[in-house]
Amino acid sequence: MAAPAASAASNPVAAPVLALAGVGRAFGPVEVLFDIDFDLKAGEVHALIGENGAGKSTLMKIMAGYLAPTRGEVLLDGAPVTFASSEEAEERGIVLIHQEFNLARQLSVEQNIFLGRELKRGPFLDHRAMRERALALLAELETPVDPAAIVADISVPEKQMVEIAKALSRRARVIIMDEPTAVLTRKEAEVLFRQIERLRAAGTAILYTSHKLDEVARLADRVTVLRDGRHVVTAPRGALSEDAMAEAMVGRELSHLFPPKVEPAPGPPVLAVESFSVEGFAEDVSFTLARGEVLGFAGLVGSGRTELMEGLVGLRPARGRVTLAGRPVRIRSLEEARRAGIAYLTEDRKERGLLLGQPMRPNLTLLALARFGCFLIDRKAEERALDKAIAEFDIRAPTRDIPVGNLSGGNQQKLLLAKTMLAEPDIVIIDEPTRGIDIGTKQQIYGFVQRLAAAGKSIILVSSEMAEIIGLATRVCVMRAGRLAGVVSGADINEDTIVRLAMGLEARRVEGNG
Amino acid sequence: MADATTTRQGPRKAHRPAVNLHVIGPLVALAALVIVGVLLNPNFLSYGNVTNVLARSAFIGIIAVGMTFVITSGGLDLSVGSMAAFIAGLMILVMNALVPTLGAGWPVILVGMAAALVFGFLAGLGNGLLITRARIEAFIVTLGSMGIFRSLITWLADGGTLSLNFQVRDVYRPVYYGGILGISWPIIVFLVVAVAGEIVMRHTAFGRHCAAIGSNEQVARYSAVHVERVRLATYVILGMLVGLATIMYVPRLGSASSATGVLWELEAIAAVIIGGTVLKGGFGRVWGTVVGVLILNLIQNILNLTDLVSPYLNGAIQGVIIVLAVVLQRQKKAL
Repeated sequence: MAAPAASAASNPVAAPVLALAGVGRAFGPVEVLFDIDFDLKAGEVHALIGENGAGKSTLMKIMAGYLAPTRGEVLLDGAPVTFASSEEAEERGIVLIHQEFNLARQLSVEQNIFLGRELKRGPFLDHRAMRERALALLAELETPVDPAAIVADISVPEKQMVEIAKALSRRARVIIMDEPTAVLTRKEAEVLFRQIERLRAAGTAILYTSHKLDEVARLADRVTVLRDGRHVVTAPRGALSEDAMAEAMVGRELSHLFPPKVEPAPGPPVLAVESFSVEGFAEDVSFTLARGEVLGFAGLVGSGRTELMEGLVGLRPARGRVTLAGRPVRIRSLEEARRAGIAYLTEDRKERGLLLGQPMRPNLTLLALARFGCFLIDRKAEERALDKAIAEFDIRAPTRDIPVGNLSGGNQQKLLLAKTMLAEPDIVIIDEPTRGIDIGTKQQIYGFVQRLAAAGKSIILVSSEMAEIIGLATRVCVMRAGRLAGVVSGADINEDTIVRLAMGLEARRVEGNG
Repeated sequence: MADATTTRQGPRKAHRPAVNLHVIGPLVALAALVIVGVLLNPNFLSYGNVTNVLARSAFIGIIAVGMTFVITSGGLDLSVGSMAAFIAGLMILVMNALVPTLGAGWPVILVGMAAALVFGFLAGLGNGLLITRARIEAFIVTLGSMGIFRSLITWLADGGTLSLNFQVRDVYRPVYYGGILGISWPIIVFLVVAVAGEIVMRHTAFGRHCAAIGSNEQVARYSAVHVERVRLATYVILGMLVGLATIMYVPRLGSASSATGVLWELEAIAAVIIGGTVLKGGFGRVWGTVVGVLILNLIQNILNLTDLVSPYLNGAIQGVIIVLAVVLQRQKKAL
């Protein structure tokens, strides 16, 4: 399967800075990488794409010294090297920027940038020099964040920029970025892209991974596709279309990413929300939800969608009228929401959704534990539920008892979906269901959403991925700065209309009752 | 894809080491101690010595079972030793005060026992409310209450010792020294508490919720777990178990002083950690805690029975064991 790399075709002059030759890696008996040849050249962006579990993370970790290869060699400037640790790799100018950032949360931005490499004057820290250098770095990155700010208090994109500033302060020759745009809005991503281009022009070698193929097509000088731990193809810019990339990743055709939409049957709404407010996040929001409907919630990150939904299910204090199947209800806790038949699937599966250190079974049943016995938990029933969930949601795990933190993002998301559905809700609020997961799993999750709707469940889909909203929702609520900017349906569900509403370029009458 | 899961399960399982050191470690240590004890002193396994070790283990053991729940859910309670002393003092005062009206018989003792449980409940509730409602770190709250309880018992005893009425003491004695079928009451109570604790931890929603909160409070909150209620419950349960341990302890000496229950909190926490419960929470094992308590008491017993090492070094050896247990936990995590 391992096709030879189209090596050095794009840039015959530059020799690779960092390369892998015939690298393989096994975890115990499980092989995750097979005979990979891969290289990074100075002044190029080399994109690495593949589904979750294709071996991208392992490959990146080997390059950055976090893992040692079990076979093959890592070559730095053509000479074989063995990094004892990631610190040693960093010492040699190779920096990996993690998706979950490696920042000390309680330290300031400046302290983080110089962590472990503090500037000193004699035995004492040179605060002034560090402050000036930090300011200069952040200014270069167009990030107006105060170097004295505590990292825990700054936003996610700002954290990303701090990571990059940290890498730059270390004069990195190779920067490895693990899905840097997964947590960024479009605008923030644009800033990142400019920085990447600047770094490239300055001669830095960049390994870039992303699930967003349009970004890859736009940024990358070369693209390498991995599938199931094997090298599929390496192609120069323009040689692979986005479709071709997706097909190379999945190994099959992806003609129907989205299932056909089904318009909900007319009838009274199952959920009506009127003048609903969550202090500081959402103001005076009203909408309705029909049985079997997929209602999209679009808007920029920070427009209050998640907080609105959390208010709705009792996770945040809120006020407003909520009517469930014609009956007014007050939901003050997630438990009350569960009993009322509403389930909320969080956007943050790692921090709020799943217990990463525990196996699948306790994770699956945690929300609906009351259904598995009143005092003693019925383990056999739990095991049966897990069997069913694994079959129904196609959860792929090497063993049933590995900690779910070791599952791929896609499988974690499927497990989270299974956990939520185990509570047998009538209304499911799904927040960012496909963040950071691969295209094959995305397609499956879209299928699940459609099937749930077809089975008569009502779904609220909160997503920042425009394609997802457009492809799945039959009506779309667009939020802007905590308010409902408009509701669109039918042919109006297109990127242009939604973006204009989300950006406040177009005012639209808010529908009373849908 | 159920079949994919099962087919891949086979080879993976086969490669796993046959024994899991993390599970079997405490048991091996316990067995080794028993063997060492037998080799050093032929009386080690005598009825008298075994009963003695188990009965002494009971106080810390009962408390440590409660501590397992607190630690599993990500908390800590440093106040249990002082709390035990304080409850013992109050219990003695209550009983002594009631002797003139109720006479020196079982009614007084039953009221005293009830008082111990109520005081334990209130003390645990106080700790728990400060931690869950006022949102103060468990370490700080219980460090504070540790000082408060210790100071109160010293004050109640006026710097000396509170002694139980001698007639009541005679009636009460069998609760520590008596038993059924040759098994003394503290051992029976410890056994019942341990078995109940194991069942609650492993087979009930409460135990599952404790582990969930300890591994990630946010996830628990987003899974409709009443995080505050569960954590409060762990401190209240621990408080009541401290009360129960005190009920078993008071008839042993019939007195309480500022020296009662000193360092019990450390022994209880140590037993929990040696038993394999994760100090940061998320995973708890009640049977492990029981093994941990036995290990700590056996070391002391062996040092007392033999003259190889001074019994004064007991604390040092226990300290080494505690650190070793945590090192072993760390290694398991790193794998």
